[in-house]
Amino acid sequence: MNKDSENVVIVDNVSKSFILPHEKKSSLKQSFTGIFDKRNTGFERQQALSNISFNIKKGEFFGILGRNGSGKSTLLKILAGIYQPTEGSVSVTGKLVPFIELGVGFNPELTGRENVYLNGALLGFSRQEVAEMYDDIVAFADIERFMDQKLKNYSSGMQVRLAFSVATRAKAEVLLVDEVLAVGDADFQKKCFEYFRRLKAEDTTIIFVTHDMSAVREYCDRAVLIEDSKIVEIGKASKIASMYTKMFINQTNDDDTNTKDSRWGTNVARISNIKFDKRRYNDEDKFVLFSYDITAKQDVVDLVPGFLIKTTAQQPLLGSNSQLLEQPKRPLKKGETMTASWKIPNIFNTGTLLLDPSVIYNNGSEIADWWEEAAIFDVFKEIRTPYLVNPEISVKLHDKA
Amino acid sequence: MLKITELKNKYRYSLILLRELVVTDFKLRYQSSALGYVWSLLRPLALFAILYIVFAKFLRVGDEIPHFPIYLLSGIVLWNFFTEVTNGSVTAIVDKGGLLRKINFPKYVILLATSFSALINLAINVVVIILFAIVFKVDVSLSAVFLPLLILELFAVALASGFLLSALFVRFRDMNYIWEVFMQGMFYATPILYPLTLVPAGVAHILLLNPVAQIIQDIRHIAITPEAQTIGMVYGNEFIRLVPIGFVVVLSIVAVMYFRAKSNSFAEEV
Repeated sequence: MNKDSENVVIVDNVSKSFILPHEKKSSLKQSFTGIFDKRNTGFERQQALSNISFNIKKGEFFGILGRNGSGKSTLLKILAGIYQPTEGSVSVTGKLVPFIELGVGFNPELTGRENVYLNGALLGFSRQEVAEMYDDIVAFADIERFMDQKLKNYSSGMQVRLAFSVATRAKAEVLLVDEVLAVGDADFQKKCFEYFRRLKAEDTTIIFVTHDMSAVREYCDRAVLIEDSKIVEIGKASKIASMYTKMFINQTNDDDTNTKDSRWGTNVARISNIKFDKRRYNDEDKFVLFSYDITAKQDVVDLVPGFLIKTTAQQPLLGSNSQLLEQPKRPLKKGETMTASWKIPNIFNTGTLLLDPSVIYNNGSEIADWWEEAAIFDVFKEIRTPYLVNPEISVKLHDKA
Repeated sequence: MLKITELKNKYRYSLILLRELVVTDFKLRYQSSALGYVWSLLRPLALFAILYIVFAKFLRVGDEIPHFPIYLLSGIVLWNFFTEVTNGSVTAIVDKGGLLRKINFPKYVILLATSFSALINLAINVVVIILFAIVFKVDVSLSAVFLPLLILELFAVALASGFLLSALFVRFRDMNYIWEVFMQGMFYATPILYPLTLVPAGVAHILLLNPVAQIIQDIRHIAITPEAQTIGMVYGNEFIRLVPIGFVVVLSIVAVMYFRAKSNSFAEEV
């Protein structure tokens, strides 16, 4: 990989701002009347990226990390040439293929065959080139029998397989990958990573945007962490991944002052004081124990505490509430506090998990407090599997009786 | 050297994309109709039958003009081409918004694809007109060699309008309604259904400054009947033709410049 230190991607002091008119003037009448109407003339500048600079070397596997809304998707679109930077410049050497969304241009009214040609054209393949690799594409996607059916009759899995099969033919020198891995099943994700590994061996540069820290640790050489439109740090992938994880811990300390969009509800009752029995769960920890307090802000008769656990890729894994577990509903007077203590088997796979605690009432029809990603915990398992969960499994092999 | 190969690659991508978009568009257009592509042929044929019955048999408007139904058909076909290109172009960029936000490609390809579909239709229609011209024994003059140039001018004015309209529509979303009303007016302000001899000379002077009117009359004049009044005949000066042609050139330059300036921000604004 270090044969040469040639920079194939140079991002030089890139800033991007979007102009958000207070009231969008998208018709001529509004433009004309707006001249006389001073109230309508205001607009806001939303800074999506500020002074971003970094270089990526040939053959590097480079991660872009950041929370939702941090600006990482905007950065990816600028790298792909879809958006233009407001200031600064981006230069890319060689052919860049965006793996931002699979099946770009797919039309449900066309057959699988026609879509392969259309999608191939968007990736830069002529009819002849597609024709030459057509059999390979179809074989790889494993849907020979359906190629002359309209795409709208395909299952979503078949569509993804077909799209992936076309996309992997693209001879990219720089590949942009955005969360593709979050859409498919575990088997498909594995296929993706095998493909990326092969590309890396061929010295392809890969830029990878993700929430999945275990993937970052495993595949990326270096990474950049972006928060609030700015670069927090650039460096070794494992170090940046830890920093990213820590950002979620800091968020938990916000506690009751958290007023972000990630928390909503009627505020009849509020969640606070989320505690885990450990920071990190290993193979020997059979259970994950956590608790949180619920304080009533007014009298309420049927509070039902619950939770949802998600992966950092936003994939929900499991959840429950006290009603499902057939616990009696708890009335709570204004100002009173109760604690919900949970015990769940440690079936998780290695990685960081996010906890959404919640409390509902009024027969489950209203949400008092729903706190997205209020806390996180880490899991480490000796046995690695590419699947969402990793419970303890045993097997015995013996002679046939 | 590197620059040349880069340009070549860019050009190659546009061509591949253009071809695929045109093919897709053509496939989708007649996909769920029983007769499919045959409609491209049936439409001008049916139109001719109607024009023949209404104008040649009942109204007898253009009696002084030989081959009046073919004269009418050619005017309508050329006008329809202009309408098809511009109407299709207005919303073309916004309609492809989903694609624009996912992948970077030369935006002008969208407009070219839209107009090429119309061009294929025009070609089919022209074949039908030629068939009628043979059946009705139309005398074709030698100056018919200028036909391709006139078609080119029509294509240029339609495409230039399309570029300008599509880029404007991204900002001003009532552009399509404005254009629709404008075109309804222009249909009657262009000598398509009526012979120019029906309007006062002063009005004919103004009407023929419209490039589309100039093109339609020129084509009728050289391909169907010398009775068709051209801008040169009305003004008594062939060089007056440079006014509508000049307008097309200026419009093309303005349209391309505006489109290029705006195309970088299409993905954010659609």
